[in-house]
Amino acid sequence: MYQEEILEHYRHPHHHGKLEHATKIQAEHNPLCGDKLTFYLEIKNNVVVDVSFEGEGCAISQAAASMLTDEIIGKPITEIQQLQKEHVLNMLGIELGPTRLKCALLSLQGITRALNS
Amino acid sequence: MIDSHSIRKNIPALANGVAYLDSASTTLKPQTVIDAMNAYYQEFPANVHRGVYHMSERATAAYEHAREQVQHFVNARFPEEIIFTSGTTESLNMAARMCAQSMRKGDSVLLTYFEHHSNIVPWQLIAQEKGVELLYLPVTENGEIDVEAFDRIIKPNTKILAVTHISNASGIVSPLSQLVAKARAHGMRVIVDGAQSAPHMPIDVQALDVDFFACSAHKMLGPTGVGLLYIRKELHDSIEPVVGGGSMIREVSLHSSTWADAPAKFEAGTPNIAGVIGFGAAVSYLHSFGMDAVNAYITQLSKKLYTTLESLPYIHILGSSSHEHQHGIASFIMDGVHPHDVATILDQEHLAVRAGHHCAQPLMKLWGVPATTRASLYIYNTTEDIERLKYALEKVYSIFHRN
Ligand SMILES: Cc1ncc(COP(=O)(O)O)c(C=O)c1O
Repeated sequence: MYQEEILEHYRHPHHHGKLEHATKIQAEHNPLCGDKLTFYLEIKNNVVVDVSFEGEGCAISQAAASMLTDEIIGKPITEIQQLQKEHVLNMLGIELGPTRLKCALLSLQGITRALNS
Repeated sequence: MIDSHSIRKNIPALANGVAYLDSASTTLKPQTVIDAMNAYYQEFPANVHRGVYHMSERATAAYEHAREQVQHFVNARFPEEIIFTSGTTESLNMAARMCAQSMRKGDSVLLTYFEHHSNIVPWQLIAQEKGVELLYLPVTENGEIDVEAFDRIIKPNTKILAVTHISNASGIVSPLSQLVAKARAHGMRVIVDGAQSAPHMPIDVQALDVDFFACSAHKMLGPTGVGLLYIRKELHDSIEPVVGGGSMIREVSLHSSTWADAPAKFEAGTPNIAGVIGFGAAVSYLHSFGMDAVNAYITQLSKKLYTTLESLPYIHILGSSSHEHQHGIASFIMDGVHPHDVATILDQEHLAVRAGHHCAQPLMKLWGVPATTRASLYIYNTTEDIERLKYALEKVYSIFHRN
């Protein structure tokens, strides 16, 4: 499960930090592991032009956030809203039990909620 | 004497080779306990205290026999002081409700930072309803309950001390006799959460001088969904039941009822009969070793656990710095690795540990961590389990620090 790619994202997450010009901010909490992630999105003309996330978490949730933020930059909101959980799991390339699934899906949940808010 | 190797042969779930280090969450079950419950379901699955036919009388006898086994286990004076519940959570909720009956707005209850959520949230519910106040004993620099702060923290109207005997998140043993002596000196009632202590050490509710004592069968080799609430007999008449229904009444009319005597008064409805019988079998199994032997074995194995973890420079045990009053549980963090990742990799190595906040979020906040990894011991654990833990933790660290 802890393949090099996931560990690499965990050690050096992409788009980690605060976004100055965010137009949407969404905090997500996984009560199970205590992880708290905050997502910052800058949206222009219905396109996500920039995104970042802040907060600590396990390798799975950090890698998922890092990969997903990579993925959605430059995409129209409507396209991002279509993303399903299978997409995130494919992206991570691992199988997860029900407990760890929550870690993997925390960022999709945060980003979707931010877009719908 | 505890012979963990022969105990292991009696635990079917260990056959798959897991190093089970999550007994503080729930213990594995010996075949003896499973057999006792199966016998009820297969041979005499009737209700208790109702039928006059043979099967029901057999069920009633087995149920009441378990009450006596548990009574002796905690050294209560009378069997009717033992109330069967669904577990510590229900027991603590009931004890809180019972104590709240005589509390008024402005009264307070004294808790500690080490409480499980099940000894905090019931009091918050009562606080909302009745306007009683929650006070907390702080933690010393050494990480233990600050007994000296007792007199400073309490108020003239502090009526209750509700305290855990052993903290499930840290393994720290509370200075119970000192706390109870202080509570008594102020005329306070005492509720003790024994979920972690009853499995590990001899319990004598008379010597402890407590009014209420709660524990769960499933943390001491018994089944889930059953536990006990010890209620000191002197309180039985002044306490109203907190759950009403069948079995607990003497006479019911349309607008009022009278109560049966304890224990029935406090046990409404059809109980978890198989569970209670399994609980009896579990305490009788523990009794065959003696709780002094259980205590000695876990104390010795705990030392090994603490020294082994401390031999790894990137592991930090939370709680007391000396481990002198720490028992059976190690909550720790690993540098640079989230507790959930630790637990997941340990699982791949066939080790079961818990990761999370352990239903003790206020304590996690005090420690400044979102979660910890927790390894906990019971009588079927061996030094080999601890060696396997060490080996697996080294592996976790190397996976995360390869570059
Ligand atoms: C100290 C303590 N109190 C209370 C509980 C709650 O027990 P149960 O979940 O069996 O009701 C636990 C179990 O996690 C515990 O460790």
